[in-house]
Amino acid sequence: MDRFAWTNGLLEMDETLVVQQRSVKLYDGDDKAKLDVGIALLTTHRLIWRDLKNHECCIGLSLSQIIYFEEQAAGIGKSAKIVIHLYPVTSNKEPGPYQQSKFPFIKLSFKEHGQIEFFRRLTEEMTRKRWENTVPQAVSTATGSQQTGKTRAVGIVGIERKIEQKRKETDKNISEAFEDLSQLMVKAKEMVELSRSIANKIKDRQGNITEDETVRFKSYLLSMGIANPVTRETHGSGTHYHMQLAKQLGDMLLAPLEERGGMMALTEVYCLVNRARGMELLSPEDLVNACKVFESMKLPLRLRVFDSGVMVVQLQSHNEEEMIASALDSVTDKGSLTAAEFGKLLGLSVLLSRERLLLAEKMGHLCRDDSVEGLRFYPNLF
Amino acid sequence: MHRRGVGAGAIAKKKLAEAKYKERGNVLAEDQIVQMSKQIEAFKSHLEEFASKHKQEIRKNSQFRVQFQEMCATIGVDPLASGKGFWSEMLGVGDFYYELGVQIIEVCLALKHRNGGLITLDELHQRVLKGRGKYAQDVSQDDLVRAIKKLKAMGNGFGMIPVGDSYLVQSVPAELNMDHTVVLQLAEKKGYVTVSEIKDNLKWERERSCQVLDHLLKEGLAWLDSQAPGEPQYWLPALFSELSSRDVTPEEANQMTP
Repeated sequence: MDRFAWTNGLLEMDETLVVQQRSVKLYDGDDKAKLDVGIALLTTHRLIWRDLKNHECCIGLSLSQIIYFEEQAAGIGKSAKIVIHLYPVTSNKEPGPYQQSKFPFIKLSFKEHGQIEFFRRLTEEMTRKRWENTVPQAVSTATGSQQTGKTRAVGIVGIERKIEQKRKETDKNISEAFEDLSQLMVKAKEMVELSRSIANKIKDRQGNITEDETVRFKSYLLSMGIANPVTRETHGSGTHYHMQLAKQLGDMLLAPLEERGGMMALTEVYCLVNRARGMELLSPEDLVNACKVFESMKLPLRLRVFDSGVMVVQLQSHNEEEMIASALDSVTDKGSLTAAEFGKLLGLSVLLSRERLLLAEKMGHLCRDDSVEGLRFYPNLF
Repeated sequence: MHRRGVGAGAIAKKKLAEAKYKERGNVLAEDQIVQMSKQIEAFKSHLEEFASKHKQEIRKNSQFRVQFQEMCATIGVDPLASGKGFWSEMLGVGDFYYELGVQIIEVCLALKHRNGGLITLDELHQRVLKGRGKYAQDVSQDDLVRAIKKLKAMGNGFGMIPVGDSYLVQSVPAELNMDHTVVLQLAEKKGYVTVSEIKDNLKWERERSCQVLDHLLKEGLAWLDSQAPGEPQYWLPALFSELSSRDVTPEEANQMTP
């Protein structure tokens, strides 16, 4: 923080404002600077910071003093930051808020976001180095440019007014958004209560509901994201949407399944399908609900849940006994195998090869040696 | 003659039931479904209006997203349940979280050989952001948590373990009970833990401590440093900070003895 010098914040002749961001807090290295939250301004020549409440507290440094900079992502309770590493202080440096610092870097902490844009513009300016195009002038000091001070002041005051306006608008937009959101939620709540009442009546068999009406009702629940209060599922299975999806999956997954020995973890399917779609992605529940109707739609795929809770999609033609027999063969052949070794042999993921070995063990063909070195399977000689 | 009587009687009975219901203010279910279909249409257009004004806000403002999610939860609505839901189709919230889900799965898969399927929320966040690139939509840790909650539906053992002032994200179906979790929390400060530390801090007997540590070793979540001065140290790769670790390839990992 000792690289900063006091400035009046007025722009030089060829200097233009590039971007500014309010609610930025400065850090001297890893320590919070003894300054309040303020506005960070990036110009073609400098990085300027001004205290929001006390406009006279204004400091700046030349962009030429920056060695490099990087982003620091936000964390829980921590704002996103930009870390800026600086060259050592020059001997002719003007006075600033810090006499000395043990850190060669500073941080800008973005309390109200804006880091992405600021970082982008800073990168641009550091690449273009527009400050080199002009005759080098002394960084604006308290004594400099008093003649042109007046016109400069008007310029920056005009800009500041615009920004204040924009900020008020944004604030208004956000509170408007929250208001609209609340109103929307009130209406949504009515729908939830209505659907609960209907569901209860269906359960208690009051009135005559047709099959058709039940299907329609389920699709309403799906559209609204309301869980069926009786079964606790967000009613998905049995809707036309999921049946359609199931058909699509049936076509799409045949080849990948063949390539992977007839079985794929559901998470793998999720990634595969959504990457292919690009937009209008499936939710995890959509995928599960679609897979649940494979059998009733007579598609050649099955959803299967292992004891461990792992869910897979497998080809119906996937012959269990064959798989177990071949697992036994591989293990006997090699004497013993871990899930990782088995996976490598067959080109399967460790997760799925482990399930296959566990299955063979369940059927009594293999037995395990469980030690800290891992789980190893041997042919069952008992 | 009889038949007609029966028929007429049945109709009359139904009319009586209907009247009774209406009298008591109890509307019939089928009437309510008709009412609901009308309300759905009305709601849809309200949501469309809301979306046209505020869709961008949801995309850009993670605070707004949190508010939105919390309000939905309060009234009993899950906006992420289906890509076919109104919320997803009109507000676009779905795609944001479902894509995030894909990115989370991929990061966890890529690092599993190193950390056994356990990763800090911080590291996951950083790596996801990196993968998304500089100009992509900013993503908060709250966004990640919500995406992970949805992934649980696919049964692959996605879970979150509170540790320190943050979380560990588990992406494998390894069984971790309270004992394991507590030891993980103990290890969080230094990245490793010893049997003595467990005995001193948790007041467990040696056998219980060893059992828990052995399980973590077996699951690939902990690595044993038997050459540490004093007693063996059990290190958790998930807790290694980025700065002090080098990325290990799966081949190298296989050659290392646990």
